[in-house]
Amino acid sequence: MPMMNELLEKETLAPKVTRYVVRAPDVARFRQAGQFVIVRIAEDGERIPLTIADADREQGTVTLVVQEVGKTTAAMTRLEVGKPILDVVGPLGAPTHIEKLDYVLGVGGGIGIAPLHPICQAFRAAGTHVEAILGARNKDLLILEDWMRRACDQVHVCTDDGSYGEKGFVTHVLERLIGERKPDLVVAIGPLIMMKMVAKVTQPHGLKTMVSLNPVMVDGTGMCGGCRVSVGGKTRFVCVDGPEFDAHQVDYDELLSRQRFYLEQEKQAYQRYVEAVGHGPEECRIRGGQQS
Amino acid sequence: MSDAATPEGTPKKKKSTLFKEPRSAMPEQDPQERIKNFREVPFGYTPELARREAERCIQCKKPHCIDGCPVAIDIPRFIRQIHEGDFDAAVKTIKETNVLPAICGRVCPQEEQCEKVCNLADSKKYQPVAIGRLERFAADWEAARGKIEPPTCAAPTGKKVAVVGAGPAGLTVAVDLARRGHKVVVMEALHKAGGVLVYGIPEFRLPKVIVGREVDTLAKMGVELRTNVVVGKSIPVDDLLQEYDAVFIGTGAGLPYFMGIPGENLNGIYSANEYLTRVNLMRAYNFPTDDTPVCRGRKVAVVGGGNVAMDSARTALRMGADEVHLLYRRTRTEMPARIEEVHHAEEEGVRFQFLTAPLKYVGDKENRVCGAHCQRFELGEPDASGRRRPVPIKGDEFDIELDMAVCAIGNGPNPLVPNAQPDIKTRRGGNIVAEKGTCRTSKKGVFAGGDIVLGAATVILAMGAGRNAAQAIDDYLKTGEWPELGELEVK
Repeated sequence: MPMMNELLEKETLAPKVTRYVVRAPDVARFRQAGQFVIVRIAEDGERIPLTIADADREQGTVTLVVQEVGKTTAAMTRLEVGKPILDVVGPLGAPTHIEKLDYVLGVGGGIGIAPLHPICQAFRAAGTHVEAILGARNKDLLILEDWMRRACDQVHVCTDDGSYGEKGFVTHVLERLIGERKPDLVVAIGPLIMMKMVAKVTQPHGLKTMVSLNPVMVDGTGMCGGCRVSVGGKTRFVCVDGPEFDAHQVDYDELLSRQRFYLEQEKQAYQRYVEAVGHGPEECRIRGGQQS
Repeated sequence: MSDAATPEGTPKKKKSTLFKEPRSAMPEQDPQERIKNFREVPFGYTPELARREAERCIQCKKPHCIDGCPVAIDIPRFIRQIHEGDFDAAVKTIKETNVLPAICGRVCPQEEQCEKVCNLADSKKYQPVAIGRLERFAADWEAARGKIEPPTCAAPTGKKVAVVGAGPAGLTVAVDLARRGHKVVVMEALHKAGGVLVYGIPEFRLPKVIVGREVDTLAKMGVELRTNVVVGKSIPVDDLLQEYDAVFIGTGAGLPYFMGIPGENLNGIYSANEYLTRVNLMRAYNFPTDDTPVCRGRKVAVVGGGNVAMDSARTALRMGADEVHLLYRRTRTEMPARIEEVHHAEEEGVRFQFLTAPLKYVGDKENRVCGAHCQRFELGEPDASGRRRPVPIKGDEFDIELDMAVCAIGNGPNPLVPNAQPDIKTRRGGNIVAEKGTCRTSKKGVFAGGDIVLGAATVILAMGAGRNAAQAIDDYLKTGEWPELGELEVK
């Protein structure tokens, strides 16, 4: 019997961004676009939610793309290929509602491009014309461009510093594309600030917009309520009611503050880890909370 | 059953008058000491104390205690065996019907069950026999000798059963079915088996080593445990029915209720589930050695009056809180928590504020909770539950300062399985509909029991349901019959 949760491949995609391929046949078999897994890598480890970037049913494998933002994600980069990851559980969360539409426009920022990938794939497979805007701070940090080009009919790239593609933010490209042709649906995944700004751009146009949220979670099965978020004034649990919500209803500021609640402890754990394992070749600065 | 003697059959000796004395207390850690650690509060009876307490049992001709026990332990018999010093036999007697005595002896609400109907208590003059403490003593005695004997299993039947959820209900079903020779696979969503016994009930009330021991017993009986499997997500129930002859759903009450008041999503406000899971299952008390952090509030409010509220309040004290206020909107009399838990919480310095509930929480500029605006109540007419309804006293409102709050007002049924499998019927509120006594659901081959059916109840009621379900599953595996559902279990 093949080893469960065996780490099969590990590849650095960009500074602090790693692609992992894990053997998880049940997850590969049942996962749908929009879902995630929860991973724990050590007996004293925390449970962290990670979005599924891709899966192969035949091979029974799942691809995760993870940015190093704290102790666990840093320690993940040291996992050895050929060894199992302690716990991988999923697929969790409600899948994206996929249907044939005329035109879906994806907006992916930074690491958010990874979860956007299976959603674009699924819409295109349903017969939808799919385009995507990919944004990164600079050329080096842009990930999965080739994947997205395969998954979409057209891809628009922009970087904050203009080192690759258009110079500017995803919202600028979004404004322009909306002006040319109105999509039936905009799906935005990236840092909270980006998703908030995308929602601001699409709202006056009355464009249906979905965002995928990535709050702090513990169990991922609805049990703890730690991932709660206000959507349209109502409290929802991202792990079972989401992770996707109407972009125009989400209270981003509340969520941002909730994501930052453990920042001090996260820094402390990360520093402790870095001291224990020694500094890597790159600078080991802390960039703060998840995706934000 | 090695011991066939009945109370009537025992030789008459000089009658003990110990029953007139108060029941023996369990030695326990000093309150001031124990709030600095997570070790278990009571040390348990010594053999001498146990035999003395057992002697208080008058071995009634018509004992009521057995009827008061959801799993019908032959209580007079095991107590007599303890009195006689035959602790081995006592353990065997208990284990005929209860496979998790070390757990039940600690967390059962005995004062509402066996001890409530003890004939000594009935007389009003005397205290009931401390049945729970004796049960715990017997189980611990066996464990201390390091020779826990797994129950013997019948020859393999070739039938396979999937048990969904490794909490009290699921573990009981698994043991009972394995005993009957069926192959059992238990699937657990978390990374550790035990359900509420590991994520919810704190170490100081139920040491995790005890839960681990019971789970090991299961493994010794050939039960297979698969963690990290979320049935309804990782695998559908319908797929399980292809591979297994029957499925038992015991997924529990894992969906915390919030009050729906302003400010409830501020940082520093937890559901009891989250707070306890971080501290117990994820060992946040050990941060940063363990990775999971938790807020260490100095001034904490816990909202609710049940055992979970007591657990949260006492955990907060151990996590270094200077003040823990328990806000409950009725009075002490209506509190659903066990008397012993309330007593322990009081001893440890939890401050009870009855007839009080928060109306809203207030946050600072970083969105951290810094206070609550509270309402005072008085008791009015009894409501549907028979308890007097709290009625707000107009204008009697006040503010408290706090830097952390825990909402312990209850849990709804976990929605994952019912949502994924709509042909398993649910009641309004989401609990699975199951037949009383058999745990059969509206879907052939699928049984359900414990909190997913009953709503948030107790460990022992879940185990009682597990026991009934195992019997019914065994019957179904033999006959294959699935008649119309009769009387349904009500919440």
